[in-house]
Amino acid sequence: MKAALAIARKDLLVELRTKESVPAMALFAVTTFVIFHFGLDRDRLEGELAAGVLWVTLLFAAILGINRLFVAEREQAGFDGILMAPIDRTSLLVAKAGALFVYLVALELVALPVFALFFIDSGFWAALPRLALVTLLADLGLAVVGAMLASIAVHTRARDLLLPILLLPLTVPAVIAAAAATKPLLSIPLDTGGVAKWLAVLALYDAVFGLLAYALFDFLMED
Amino acid sequence: MATDAATAARPEPAATPPRTAEAIRIDRLVRRYGERDALSEVSVSLRRGQTLAVLGRNGAGKTTLLRVLATLLLPHEGSVQVLGFELPRQAHEVRAHVGMLGHDTLLYRDLTARENLIFYARLYDLRDPETRIGELLDATGMSRRATEPISNLSRGMAQRIAVCRAVLHRPELLLLDEPYAHLDPEAGELVEALIGRTSGATRVLVSHDVERSLEEADRVLALRDGRVVVDAPSREVTPAALRAVYGGRH
Repeated sequence: MKAALAIARKDLLVELRTKESVPAMALFAVTTFVIFHFGLDRDRLEGELAAGVLWVTLLFAAILGINRLFVAEREQAGFDGILMAPIDRTSLLVAKAGALFVYLVALELVALPVFALFFIDSGFWAALPRLALVTLLADLGLAVVGAMLASIAVHTRARDLLLPILLLPLTVPAVIAAAAATKPLLSIPLDTGGVAKWLAVLALYDAVFGLLAYALFDFLMED
Repeated sequence: MATDAATAARPEPAATPPRTAEAIRIDRLVRRYGERDALSEVSVSLRRGQTLAVLGRNGAGKTTLLRVLATLLLPHEGSVQVLGFELPRQAHEVRAHVGMLGHDTLLYRDLTARENLIFYARLYDLRDPETRIGELLDATGMSRRATEPISNLSRGMAQRIAVCRAVLHRPELLLLDEPYAHLDPEAGELVEALIGRTSGATRVLVSHDVERSLEEADRVLALRDGRVVVDAPSREVTPAALRAVYGGRH
């Protein structure tokens, strides 16, 4: 755990200094909302359309961060420094997933208010506590799957292509559950029915992929 | 100052290596990249505290050998023992006792020298890292530049910080791939107590400098196309014999 904290702390320090990932993710999300705003020619969205726009945007913005998750290791220090240390290699997974989780939360701190500004007429702030729970659970799954797949893609030459190809199919269940949980929260009037069921699905997704990543990561890090 | 840093009391490691006389024992090691044998039936042994010089042309397998010893590559055939631990089975135990200085500094250029060393100190769970880092920065003459990002430092200065990183946890085995390549003579002298003969560590030294290798090493291993062509005590090997390893192929 100490090693995971050390790596995550290093990643966050590098991000604070370089500001390479989170600002790009946030800018991407805001730009995409603008495109949806004019592309759909709608000032207001609700229900499943609002949920779909929100989660597609967040997922694609997340890919930017996931793509850059191992950039410092690849371009600067290489993996060797970490792999040669006497640490459990799953520390690297925990650290990278932790750092990505923080990036996603930071993204949503910007993206959710902008989304509300562009598309939501009323009731957004009332729905926010439950929406926050949905996004946190979805972020957890995205962070674990993203960190695992980024560790595979980073060793390949076509990593920028490979990552979305691997990631998108695996995140379909999380996006379906997140959108389904979000839909009633963005409906007018606010409807909380069915949210708990989809939150449970998200929690199950997190648990399954968390265990899978934990079991596979050592093998993925082998030469 | 440099000597102080090199000889300071060692911390208790997580798993103490078995007290075998040999630091390295490699028997018929084979390592492949795809179909190509990067190392083919390589056998060599080295006693604790000694230095093994590894020479050979580019692509001869020198760096691959270092990476196997560093637990970064799996051996495909043969047996490898490092500090009495069997690889790859006991790789985790080996890692606490091995330091590597290669072509890459393994430093994050957006972090300062001190931040980089603190990061590695945390990975190695060092006790009192501030004192150790201070000693090493003093020893390498980098104390005054320690708060600058690595990207602001010259390659030679970054190499001095890389030396600090490699010896931070006081490794018993040093794997050195052209360690003096980016250092001026003065810097080379500064790091001598940390990675040179006087460091007291067992060393595997990859170099193209035949004279220096013979001077520094107790044993010489020359590779050609992944095969051992010379394996002998350095006093029994002439510079001419080693230069022959580099010539005549093309």
